[in-house]
Amino acid sequence: MSTHMRTRVRNRSRRGMALRIALAVIVSAVLVFPLYWMVVVALSTRAELLGGALRLWPRELTLANFQRVLDSFPVATWFSNSLAISLVTAIIVVVFNLLAGYAFAHLRFRGATPLFLLALSTLMIPVQVIMVSLFRLVTSMGLYGTYWAVILPTAASAFGIFLARQFMLAIPRELIEAARMDGAGHIGVFVRIVLPLSKPLIAVLFFMSLLSSWNDFAWPLIALKQNDLFTLPIGLLYLQGQFGSDYGATMAFALINVAPMVVLFLIFQRHFVQGFARTGIR
Amino acid sequence: MSTAAVRVRGPRGETLAAYAFLSPTFILLGVFVLVPMVGALIISLQRTNGFGAGTFAGLANYDTLLHDPLFWRSTLNTVLFTAIVTPLSMALGLGAAVLLNSVLPARGVFRSILIVPMAVSGIATALMATLIFDENSGILDKLFRFLGLPDVAWQSGGAAAFVSVVLVTLWWRVGFNMLIYLAGLQGIGEDVHEAARLDGATGWQRFRYMTIPLVGPSTFFLLIMNVIYSFQVFDIIFVLTGGGPRNATSVLVTYAYDTGFVTRDQGYAAAIGMVLLLIMLSFTALQWRTNKSRDLAG
Repeated sequence: MSTHMRTRVRNRSRRGMALRIALAVIVSAVLVFPLYWMVVVALSTRAELLGGALRLWPRELTLANFQRVLDSFPVATWFSNSLAISLVTAIIVVVFNLLAGYAFAHLRFRGATPLFLLALSTLMIPVQVIMVSLFRLVTSMGLYGTYWAVILPTAASAFGIFLARQFMLAIPRELIEAARMDGAGHIGVFVRIVLPLSKPLIAVLFFMSLLSSWNDFAWPLIALKQNDLFTLPIGLLYLQGQFGSDYGATMAFALINVAPMVVLFLIFQRHFVQGFARTGIR
Repeated sequence: MSTAAVRVRGPRGETLAAYAFLSPTFILLGVFVLVPMVGALIISLQRTNGFGAGTFAGLANYDTLLHDPLFWRSTLNTVLFTAIVTPLSMALGLGAAVLLNSVLPARGVFRSILIVPMAVSGIATALMATLIFDENSGILDKLFRFLGLPDVAWQSGGAAAFVSVVLVTLWWRVGFNMLIYLAGLQGIGEDVHEAARLDGATGWQRFRYMTIPLVGPSTFFLLIMNVIYSFQVFDIIFVLTGGGPRNATSVLVTYAYDTGFVTRDQGYAAAIGMVLLLIMLSFTALQWRTNKSRDLAG
């Protein structure tokens, strides 16, 4: 390559780089702005929020909105409800889906394909299709008014089965057969061979179910009627109903709902992205 | 997403073990999805009064649906929303993935920023959007006025409200699409691109004839996931617009919820749900077939 050509290529790639950076900055700014605005509103005084001028940062910061929310609503109870429900749901989903994923990936049995398709097809059923009869079912089982009314229907999720099967297909069959030769049972193989190799999968599954349960809205809205059982999203709707246009208080409480998962997400994001890539959805 | 690798038959011991491994999940799915599914079908054939037992009414609810303008409006909105949001979030997701898969300083930071909305709850997203799109005191309104742009009736105008729901959904969903495409792109070796570059392919040619075909499986997966998601969009519409103004953003899931738990006509609500499911099933079956025939043709 001549020197002249090399300079031209370098110039072009430098211009391309500048363009890419500009694009990435603009896209990021648009995506971050709503979250930034949420924080700004939560920390703004009421007078400032009612003012008509365009102001992108508050003149004075206040924690009064948080104080007002904490004084008026059982936020701690709602927070621990959310935590308990999403943790238990996530644990059930992870354990059950790992077991099913192993069967679909490595066991040979009659009806595997129809059962797999049946599980996948349940993904297509929105809760609004079954909510009326699910509500009656949960009530007749005596679950209404307990955490389980939310946990069990939410844990009945097939998305993880698909991920688990995809991931476990990549575990070499020879490894499993060798362990079987050594006399290990199916449970032994699952516990000693499959589980240790599935850590990235477990992380992805656990985090995804924790997240979706923590943020779940439609079914808890139906299944939780008593104030003291509310999760944070339902509490947030309730608060908005009570406080109406008190945007400061609404955003302060929204932050309490959003912050834990965003922080967790940022901390574990790397593992999450890698784990997702390794589950083989391509 | 092929199922071809699922083995069909095996020794009896293995079959028993498999059923044991499958039973926890399938018991949950059976009790809390399939049984209510059958229940919903039965309720949809009943005339109901509140939460009490209903009386068999044949296809009366479905007949009423055919003459219900709000049902047709909600169906149209659901299909329109899906037809707009699915391709847009996939195109934006692919664009972002290509951008963030290229050489770029602070690539990790940009990636984090793009996927963070995934972690925000639907209701917090919708409340935040209420704040932004408020036509009297919202930041967008103030910004438009500052820039001398005309007022947009984000809340009282039907089309504008629909657009606001689409925009908020895109904000929330593009990260997921990017994440899946990024995983797909990382499966393509750098050597493939290098070879094409040496052969003289331009950036657009490499994108059109290599990247797009090579992320095909991601595209198929995302197509199905986005359609399923779009048909079920609830949180954002329920909180941001409540289906209004004048039903301009009413979709089948919000209509079914209102019917079942606000006006409490449960038989009718179940019938709406059944139609929704039918539309989703045919959509997915169509995609599945298109994908199959494309695979065969390729």
